[in-house]
Formats: sequence, C-alpha cells, structure tokens
Amino acid sequence: MLGFAVKTERDQLVKEAMVARGGTILQVEHERDLLCISVEKEALHDVLGVLRDDFGFGSLTTLCGMHFPGEELELSVVYHLHNMREGHRIRVKSRTAMDHPEFRTAVDLWPAANWMERETWDFFGIRFAGHPNLKRILNMEDFPAFPLRKDYPLEDPTRQDKDDSFFGR
Amino acid sequence: MSQEKSLERPKPTIVPPPEGHTGTGFFATSIDQAIGLARKNSLWPLPFATSCCGIEFMSAMSSHYDLSRFGMERLSFSPRQSDLLMVMGTIAKKMAPVLREVYTQMAEPKWVLSMGACASTGGIFDTYSVLQGIDRIIPVDVYIPGCPPRPEQIIDGILKIQELAANESLRRRYSKEYEDLLKKYAID
Amino acid sequence: MKQPQRPNFWQRDLVEGKDLRELTTLNLGPTHPATHGIFQNVLTLDGEIILDTEQTIGYIHRAFEKIAERRPFYQIPTLTDRMNYCSAPINNMGWHMTMEKLCGIELPKRAQYMRVVVMELARIADHIICNTIIGQDAGATTPFLYVYQWREKIYDIYEEICGARLTTNMGRIGGWQRDWNPLVWERIGGILKDLPPVLKEFEKMLVRNRIFMDRTVNCGPLSGERALAYGFTGPNLRACGVDYDVRVADPYSSYEEFDFVIPVGQSGDTYDRFMVRQQEMWESLSIIRQALDKLDAMTDKTSIHADVPDWMLPPKEEVYSAMEPLIWHFKIVMGETDVPAGEIYHCVEGGNGELGFYLVSDGGRTPFRLHLRRPCFIYYQAFPEMIKGSMLSDAILTMSSMNVIAGELDA
Repeated sequence: MLGFAVKTERDQLVKEAMVARGGTILQVEHERDLLCISVEKEALHDVLGVLRDDFGFGSLTTLCGMHFPGEELELSVVYHLHNMREGHRIRVKSRTAMDHPEFRTAVDLWPAANWMERETWDFFGIRFAGHPNLKRILNMEDFPAFPLRKDYPLEDPTRQDKDDSFFGR
Repeated sequence: MSQEKSLERPKPTIVPPPEGHTGTGFFATSIDQAIGLARKNSLWPLPFATSCCGIEFMSAMSSHYDLSRFGMERLSFSPRQSDLLMVMGTIAKKMAPVLREVYTQMAEPKWVLSMGACASTGGIFDTYSVLQGIDRIIPVDVYIPGCPPRPEQIIDGILKIQELAANESLRRRYSKEYEDLLKKYAID
Repeated sequence: MKQPQRPNFWQRDLVEGKDLRELTTLNLGPTHPATHGIFQNVLTLDGEIILDTEQTIGYIHRAFEKIAERRPFYQIPTLTDRMNYCSAPINNMGWHMTMEKLCGIELPKRAQYMRVVVMELARIADHIICNTIIGQDAGATTPFLYVYQWREKIYDIYEEICGARLTTNMGRIGGWQRDWNPLVWERIGGILKDLPPVLKEFEKMLVRNRIFMDRTVNCGPLSGERALAYGFTGPNLRACGVDYDVRVADPYSSYEEFDFVIPVGQSGDTYDRFMVRQQEMWESLSIIRQALDKLDAMTDKTSIHADVPDWMLPPKEEVYSAMEPLIWHFKIVMGETDVPAGEIYHCVEGGNGELGFYLVSDGGRTPFRLHLRRPCFIYYQAFPEMIKGSMLSDAILTMSSMNVIAGELDA
C-alpha cells in the first residue's frame, strides 16, 4: 500500500472552513495524495495560523520554494503540514511575483520553520518578513545569486575539461 | 612433538632494512634511507573526513581492516603534528579555505592523500557549490579513485604514500621545484 | 528514577549587582575530532557552561535538489545514497517508492518484504554507528571496535545484493533488478543468529554502566512539546516520549502487516536517545525475522518486480549481446519512460526520522522540482536550546547522540 490514509471527513472539514473564508483562498482541492490549499500571499499567515490552532496541524513537515519561470507569479512557497494525532497531512501553497518576493514568517507558529525559511531565502531569494535571522544558510554569505532558480546554471563555471567540440556541439 | 612445536615462537614480521653495507657489529646506509624508513613506518595521519568516504575510512580504521598494521593507528587531529593529510569526501567551496588553512598549518614534510572521486575531481557533484578537486587549492600526492573507495583501496593508497615517504630525498623540500610547486598554489 | 536538577549556573549573571561571568568564545568546528561531521558551532562559554551557540552549516552543500532537476528519474537514487550515507538503502527505497506512488505501481508482496528486510538491516547499521559513537565520545572505545564489525557483516549482505558497500544504489523503480542469491539469505540468517548476543554484550557494557549513565542521563534533554515544535521525527522524537513512527502512522511497503513496538523514552536526554536506538535494533531484528517467515510461507518464490515493462531493465547479459535490449535499457536509464505530471509527497522512516520526498513532475524526463525533507536539517536547529546551560563535554555527547549526518544536513 502506498500513499497516505485518506481522511475524507477531516479533509471535508478543512475544505468547508477554507471555502467559508472566501476570496483569499484561491483553490481547495484534492491533488493526487493530499488536500492542497492555494492561498493569496497576504492571507497565508492567517490561514496557517487557523490550520494550526483550529485543525491541530502541530508540526510543519517541510517548507520549500519553487520557481516557475515565465509565469506572472514566478515564485511559490509550499508548506506541508501534519497533524500527528489524527495522521492527517495537508499542503498549502502560495505564490508571489518576482518584484516583491516576500511572505510573512511562520517562525512564530512553528520554530522549525526557522532554518527552512533561511534555506528558501538562500535558494530562491524569497524573503520572510519578521524572521529573526534571515541570512544564507547553506551557501556562502557573499554568494551572488539564488541558485535554485531555473535560470541559474547547475555546473561549476570553472571547469575547463568539458570541451564541447568533441561532441559536435 | 606437539610440545616442541608450541615452543617455537612465531617470527615477528619486521621491516626489512634498507640497502647498505653490513658486517660484524655495524650497518651502514645513507641517511636518506634511514630517515625514510623511520618516516615511512610512523606516519601520523590527519583525517579530514567530510562525508561518505569518512565512514569508509572508519571501516578501514576499525577492527576488521585494522589500519594500525601499517603504523597508522595514531590519528593526529592537530595539523601541527601530522605528516599526512587525508582528505576524504566532498569539499564544498565554503570548506575550501578551511582545508587550505589546515594544509598550511602542517609542518614539513607533509603528504596529501585525496580519497574518493569527490575530493579528487568533484565526482558526480559537478555543481556550483562543490570544489572540482582539491588539487585546485593544495598539491596532492596520491589519489584514490572510487565513490567511495573500498578499505582495501584506502590501504593501497596509504602504502603508496609510504613508498613516497620512504624514497623521498631529504633535499626535496628545499629544492627549487618544491618551492615552485607551492608558489603555483600561492602557499608560502 | 528522579534525577537531581542541575543548578542554574548560567543564571548567576548578576550577583549583588556585579557581573561575575567571564565569557569565552570557543570555536568548535568545522573540522573537529569530536564533531562527527563538518559543522561549526561558535560557543559562548562562562567557564565551562555554555551560554549561547551560533551554528554555521553548509560546509558540504552539494546541491542535490538542483542536480535532481537535471537528471532523469532513473538516475536519482545515486544522489539519495549520498544523503544519509549511514543507511543508504532506506534512502534508495524511499525514492523508488516515491516514483512508484507517482506512477501508480504496485509491487508484488515478495518484493515488498525484501525491501523491508533491507531497510531494517540498514536501520541496524545506522543505529550501530550512532550508538557506538556515543560510547566512544563518553570514553568507551571497546564498543566501537567490537560492535562495528557487525556493520561490516551487513555490508557483506549489501555487497552480495548490489555489489556496493556504502553507497548502494540498491533496488529499482518497480522492484529489484535481480533476485537475491542463496548467499544473501544465508548471511541474513547469520546476522539474525550472531547479532543478538553481541547486542546483549554491548548493552552489558554500557546500559547500566555507572560512568556511562553519569555522563548521559540528563544530558541534552528536550521536552516532547519543544521537540514537536522543532519538527523532530524518528528516534530523537521518540526519546522525548512521542510515539510517532512513519512505519506505523503512514505504512509503506507492507509495514502494516508486521508486529513491532515503537520504543519511547521519557526525558529526551542522551541516555534515552541511546536506549531508543538500542531497542529499535531489537525491533528491527524481530521485523526481519517476521519478514523471513512471511517469505518462507509464500508460494511465490520468484517475483521481484512489478509488472511494468516500462521500468524493468532487461537482463544484463542480453544488454551486452543484443541490440533490442540495449536500446530498451538505454531508454529507461535516460528517462524516456513516460511519467505522469503531478505533485506528490512521500515519506519513509529513515535512520534519523521522517525522510520525505516532495516531487513535482511536469511530465518531462526529469523532475520539475524535488525537495528533500532531511530530518537532520530540521532537528539540528534545536541543538542550541538542548545544550544551553550544560557543560562543553555534554554538548559533544548531545551532538553525537542526535546523529547529525553532514551529508543529510547540508543536502
């Protein structure tokens, strides 16, 4: 058996509460394995707070950024929340445009978000307002770019042994 | 019969003497070889273990493969008192200055063993964050291939280092070539 | 057992209006013999009492997530190997299961049980390394030199299955590449027979050892609430008294059919973490035994792969001798298999906790985005809180008992 146990009633409860919030919730639907909520970025922190306090999502499993080049709202953050008592998982997403990539921090809700947000800042250049110590975590402090954005090249630029002429390129 | 046999003590394996002239009560050889012999059999390694290769080095150190058979059981964690820098695992660009610092702190004569694909060339991690081979920042004497190398390979690499240590001329570290080598890496 | 409370030395900062502290800054790492892995901790000490810790990580940042975006799905297990290299097979299986979940592949029971056997062997290997290192850091070298040999024996099993010792790249998406030969079964039987007496001896050496207990009891404690807030999972969370285990909460690979106990601790200190890992090794042995029994009882003795020709590599001999299998092999490895678009999250109980894969596929040959939930990365941030107010030597023990693996920490 692969996949998480489907929690239909609990999913339904969350869905109803989210739909009742109205305009700031862009989409609530079951995506393959988990219920997925898309939120406008201004309302993200409130929704996370409600999910934690009213629905018991006491632990933040992961937080990661994503980059969709060429779209209007290029950057995105994805939260995976987990209610350990009920064995219920949920995914929350929010997107932002490149010119002002900033969300409110979730460190006040889950201390675990601290390093995850720093990692997201390091990789994607997404800022988290109110974070206690938002600086690069994995790369060097003076690293010039945000490496996990799609336009940043993967390969080490200093390699000289990759001669494309051998491959007819 | 069996009693007689038990009285026979097993012959200890001793390091063969270097080439030289021997007679009653004396043995003459060149000082290079005498010092080489001493250096070869008491290398103090500094394990600079960063990732997976470090675990394989632990295997080589522990009871199954037992690296101390080669006079290597004294790990020196202080760079000042070690002869052999064993770089094991990926060296990221963030780590590179640290590695260089450790190397410059070591006293002469010193050897460097680059263990595993990552330390030697960057390995499968041809990425923005990984140093593509430690020989870009420090001179390396022996490379061990593998991802990670087996303990047998590690032992083989160490024997190669011992060979270098035994046969090195005493003047090498003062020679022009060695100075130029260090200059190439901007180490003084 | 009630533990004496440690006096709050660190709160004596102002005695009759005078600051009596003498602060020292100590740089621990990034390369230090007592920190198993490379991470830097800049400690602020008052005498030997730790007041504050500033962590720096990223010294072996290798950009797994970026590499994964450029690699066909079939070539990603080699990356997961190098994440938690103490228990590489669990990482491999986690990735395979993520792909199976995305593509909707159901494995035959036999292959699932074989996976369970390997994953539990890997868990034992992982815990052996962690627990013997705790012993070593507390001053007992014998356990390390003695018990570590059984890791070698587990390596022998890996070698017989896949040819590699440490970075195994074991199994394939959809099952196994070949059946195990009789030697593997024989060696697993050997482990089941020989390891329990060794573990017992190991426990005799340390568990009720006065010195060891003095060093580890009440060393680096953390409450269950704080542990949950920090996102702890795995043995470290269970040591704090929370019985969360992915194998039970979200069973994968038929774990729901096995009967085992989740060991929990009480105070979340180093001793509890040690004991939880120790107990988990016994549970793992029991799970392997159950899996072998189930395999014996099965009528099916051959199936190793799900019925998915798109993912099944042709036999190696044919690849080397015939054209058609060669093309087939090449197409699978280079990512010509169609993968549905979509996003999924899958997690397995790794050596250190919930190892999660968040995979976003756009239907192309490589993942659009792969985020790895590395348990070490998440729980290592609680380290300053755990060691605040304790002695420097306790910090070393706490760190080794948390089992922070640098490769997993830095991704």
